[in-house]
Amino acid sequence: MNVLVIVEHDRGTLSPATLEAVAAARQIGSVHAATMGTAADALVEQLAAHGVSVVHQVHHDLLGDYGPEAWGEAAAQLISSLSPDAVVATGTDRGNEVLAHIGAILDAPMVANCTEIEAADGPWRLVRTRWGGSLLERCELTATIKLLTVAHHAVEASEAPASARTVGFSPVLDPSLARSIVVDRVERAAGVTLATAPVVIGGGRGVGSPEGFAPLEELAGLLGGVVGCSRAVTNNGWRNHTDQVGQTGTRIAPDIYFACGISGAIQHWVGAMASKKILAINTDSEANMVTRADYAVIGDLHKVVPAIVAEVRRRRP
Amino acid sequence: MRVLVCVKRVPAPGARINITPDGQAVDTAFLGFAMSPHEECAVEAAVQLVEQHGGEATVLTLGPAEADEQLRYAASLGVDKAVLLPIVGPDWDPQRTARAIGDAITAIEAVDGAFDVILFGNESADSGGFQVGIRVARALARPVVNGIKGIEIHGASLRAGREADAGMEVYDLPMPVVLGVKEGINLPRYPTLKGRLASKKVAVAQVPPTGEQGGQRMVTLWQPAEQASATVILGNGPEAAAAVVDLLEELGVLK
Ligand SMILES: Cc1cc2nc3c(=O)[nH]c(=O)nc-3n(C[C@H](O)[C@H](O)[C@H](O)COP(=O)(O)OP(=O)(O)OC[C@H]3O[C@@H](n4cnc5c(N)ncnc54)[C@H](O)[C@@H]3O)c2cc1C
Ligand SMILES: Nc1ncnc2c1ncn2[C@@H]1O[C@H](COP(=O)(O)O)[C@@H](O)[C@H]1O
Repeated sequence: MNVLVIVEHDRGTLSPATLEAVAAARQIGSVHAATMGTAADALVEQLAAHGVSVVHQVHHDLLGDYGPEAWGEAAAQLISSLSPDAVVATGTDRGNEVLAHIGAILDAPMVANCTEIEAADGPWRLVRTRWGGSLLERCELTATIKLLTVAHHAVEASEAPASARTVGFSPVLDPSLARSIVVDRVERAAGVTLATAPVVIGGGRGVGSPEGFAPLEELAGLLGGVVGCSRAVTNNGWRNHTDQVGQTGTRIAPDIYFACGISGAIQHWVGAMASKKILAINTDSEANMVTRADYAVIGDLHKVVPAIVAEVRRRRP
Repeated sequence: MRVLVCVKRVPAPGARINITPDGQAVDTAFLGFAMSPHEECAVEAAVQLVEQHGGEATVLTLGPAEADEQLRYAASLGVDKAVLLPIVGPDWDPQRTARAIGDAITAIEAVDGAFDVILFGNESADSGGFQVGIRVARALARPVVNGIKGIEIHGASLRAGREADAGMEVYDLPMPVVLGVKEGINLPRYPTLKGRLASKKVAVAQVPPTGEQGGQRMVTLWQPAEQASATVILGNGPEAAAAVVDLLEELGVLK
């Protein structure tokens, strides 16, 4: 079978999820890749090292920066000319978005966030995530060209050195597509982010108020970590949504996650479960966060957290 | 300004999502229902746009008759009109859902005029297909960007901010436009008593949905295997602090 991978990159910087998509595509058949814009031409070697045999370099003035409509239209034209058996993209914001455009243009079904792919002559059998990863679904995909994205972290990237041929492709894009291309960027302030922090101190409704987070901030500062929170907290306006952990917030993967006054609803848990260790602090020993955690302290977080802060200060004056 | 917001009724599970014995659905026997937090924020954005620029907001859903609850919830927050595309039985696949919503929008616009802004959630909470809004926008030949965390109106165009790894990307889009909204764009308000009473009187227009089935078919649902964990209780109350810090040293977190 022939598979076309839509390469996700940002002005020439490859998204790591792309190499996962390539690895998944290799399990299906021979892998071609499409790169959008000249900035991505330099990605050929990286793609070849992961087993891509042909790279279609798609060039057009409108592909200078990311634009979901222009990327989708350009990719759809390439797909129509190649007629691959499947098109695979990354299960990320951009990957899912571009593939949805392709699905809409080709009037073809598109299956988001697959974790298993069983190619077949008839309908393909796929496993995909639902509820942000709290649930799995087996589904059947019936289509001439199968469109699917690979859930991030579901397949590991792996090298399979090959030599890749490059082919140019020039789509015909309507100038009106310039309407949905990035026109400006506001860079994020540098520093530890919730997604990459080695320690996260999470607070939930049990914290009780915005001021209640002060000891959590202090502990995070001492451990080189950041503060996170549950949706109950953001909904109350106690903290910004950028701190929210969970299905509709950030997925975290720290060495240790302190879950203070958080009950452990499934939508919070999916954002926290990749943490190496979880320590729950809760007055309720039956709370889900407590029963699912590696460690727990049963008690009032308003007393426990300051005591931990004091103990850290005592040992590391 | 005419604004439409599309929402989906979904179960609101607690600690785990239980599946019916036939593996076909979430067991909702003991559950309430909600919409995706992204959609709650889209509703708030719709209400704010109308507050700032005048006009009216409409909420639309394709779902069971009970989805009336989500429509009236939106109305209690200030949305003026509600439309239900009633279906019976299991969820429709994303292509079919998008066809039905697209057709309904075309029919509504033929009578009442075009919507300047159509809002979707970034993804539905339960099925997370990441596509219905984009398919509808393409069918209506309107620009669309997903993941929107900021909206500003400048005359006939709309400036939208979208989150990316490196920061915020900015798009300038002409209206009429379609946007997929992400939680965090605003802080949704709670209904007032007056809003609740008013929402009871809102007439919900019913539009029979059309749309051929698409190529994706759900076979079965199940829960991912969970690692059984035996929680180590480090202690009760502040006296546990020493054991916690011992652990931090052991894990190498406290340097
Ligand atoms: C589609 C959807 C998506 C969602 N996405 C997210 C998401 O991304 N992130 C998220 O967090 N939620 C999300 N939610 C909401 C989620 O279902 C829960 O409502 C939320 O996580 C609850 O927050 P909480 O644990 O802080 O509050 P609660 O459930 O109220 O729990 C509070 C906990 O604090 C404990 N407690 C109280 N006082 C103290 C004290 N003094 N000391 C110690 N412990 C104390 C209590 O025993 C309890 O366990 C989503 C919901 C839906 C429907
Ligand atoms: N049945 C539905 N009724 C109304 N809107 C829907 C429905 N399903 C999906 N949507 C909208 O489309 C968005 C994307 O859904 P999805 O493609 O399922 O992730 C959701 O956030 C909703 O705004």
